[in-house]
Amino acid sequence: MKKLLRKLTGPLLFAIVAIAVFDLTPAMAQEEAGPVDEYLELVEASGAEYAPAFDFFTVSMLWTVIAAALVFIMHLGFATLEAGLTQSKNTVNILFKNVWIISIGLVTYAVLGFNTHYPGDAWQIPGWLGINGPIGNLNADGGDTWGYGGLSLAMTGYGDFIFQAMFAATAATIVSGAVAERIKLSSFMIYSTILVAFGYTIAGSWHWGGGWLSTLGGGDAAFYDFAGSTVVHGFGGAAALAAVMILGPRSGKYAKDGSIKPIVGHSMPLAAVGVFLLFFGWFGFNGGSVLSANPGPLGLVFTTTALAAAAGGISSILISWIVLKKPDLSMALNGLLAGLVSITAGADAVTVFEAMLMGAIGGVLVVFSIIFFDKIKIDDPVGAISVHGVCGIWGTLAVGIFGGANLMSQFIGVIGVYVFAFVFSGALFLILKAVMGVRVSEEEEFEGLDISEHGQEAYNHSNT
Amino acid sequence: MKLVVAIIKPFKLEEVKEALSAVGIEGMTVTEVKGFGRQKGHTEIYRGSEYTVDFLPKVKIEIAVQDEAVTSAAEAIVKAAKTGKIGDGKVFVLPLEEAIRIRTDERGETAL
Repeated sequence: MKKLLRKLTGPLLFAIVAIAVFDLTPAMAQEEAGPVDEYLELVEASGAEYAPAFDFFTVSMLWTVIAAALVFIMHLGFATLEAGLTQSKNTVNILFKNVWIISIGLVTYAVLGFNTHYPGDAWQIPGWLGINGPIGNLNADGGDTWGYGGLSLAMTGYGDFIFQAMFAATAATIVSGAVAERIKLSSFMIYSTILVAFGYTIAGSWHWGGGWLSTLGGGDAAFYDFAGSTVVHGFGGAAALAAVMILGPRSGKYAKDGSIKPIVGHSMPLAAVGVFLLFFGWFGFNGGSVLSANPGPLGLVFTTTALAAAAGGISSILISWIVLKKPDLSMALNGLLAGLVSITAGADAVTVFEAMLMGAIGGVLVVFSIIFFDKIKIDDPVGAISVHGVCGIWGTLAVGIFGGANLMSQFIGVIGVYVFAFVFSGALFLILKAVMGVRVSEEEEFEGLDISEHGQEAYNHSNT
Repeated sequence: MKLVVAIIKPFKLEEVKEALSAVGIEGMTVTEVKGFGRQKGHTEIYRGSEYTVDFLPKVKIEIAVQDEAVTSAAEAIVKAAKTGKIGDGKVFVLPLEEAIRIRTDERGETAL
């Protein structure tokens, strides 16, 4: 009996304390303001029926910041993919550029990018150009609740900012892969800063920022780009093409007799890990673009995204095996990415089987595109122009074919953004070329950028 | 004293090492090398473009031996490294002028 009482004492005490605290809680709430109070105030102010809305908002915001972190992981993917598909004598340089891009991307987005991407009412040329300044306190004026964007943009101001900020740097990183192994570091650092700060944000403002692409046909025939096949990937791909055309190919890649001498990547494991990280991050890229935790679209987007990638992988494998006689790993990896870019414009607007078809076609396109660009002597070490540029076009048009968007508007959007990106990037590159040069010397290229630009090696196996 | 240098197929290294051990030779230096003789390379393909790889990976073994041991060492290597297929490699015997054991300063055959 005594033993039993002793055993019960603990739980009994706990129960007494719990009840006491529970009973005390309403009294305490009235004395100190806390999250519970704010919630209750909101509920009273908006009407009791909005209580569930607050729950939905909270969950959505949580998803948004997780998605932002997932998009951040894509930078890890880019870094490893680019490192894997280039030579080991340039690995430090590749990684360095990727560190720069994420850093300058986030900073410029806070300093002017976000408000230029989303000018709101502050356009200089309405619908076309709205360069603005730094973000302020985005939690102010109801920006920390659904006062910011309602329940269709169910995140706080900071949530919106950080999610979009992670996207911004990906545009420059697409270019970094294409210009790898011969670009001059300082020129690239300046180029990428301006590209992300202004090029990407201006192009994006035309659509997501409420500009002319979003008001085509009075809004009825608006351009449709769910997560950025055109405004992110296409922008990067077109910018990369202009840069590579001006930069020229790596030395020795194209012989005078027309033959191609492959410059083999130094680490297939890094490349593969990079692609899988990109795939992983894409769940945030597309999933976060639902802009809330709305279960219906969220589940659909995750599914279409994953299946388009898978279909792209399979079709790339099949096509490259047939055309090239051997199954090429780098093509298979590019196929996964091609599928992902192809679904990015319409992940929320198509069925699962349409998604697979879109991804599969992307996988075929990317193989032929990579071979084609090499044939016309456009040297793209990682296939960025093909994966992002070509498949970006396909993904955008495919929403017009399968997803109910206006096909003509899709064409207009593609042409508008691609031409702008190409011209902006090309002009910037030409200016830099004239002012400071954009390419390392042939000797520096042979020695490797790690030694010539950085004075350090990526793989130092000598032990002391 | 002689320096016996053998170029062999990489997967044969363990077998050759054991064969040398069986004839009393315990020390050797091994390097990973590339090369070709009459064995042709192969064609590889990368992102749509073909290229030939002439240089094939091989392993080089170097052993310093007394004159009396040369024949048995060379025979052991040849027997263990042979597959009968092209690319098996070669054995070279070079005259060795001097050998010094660093730890003890011994010179000549006692240093082997």
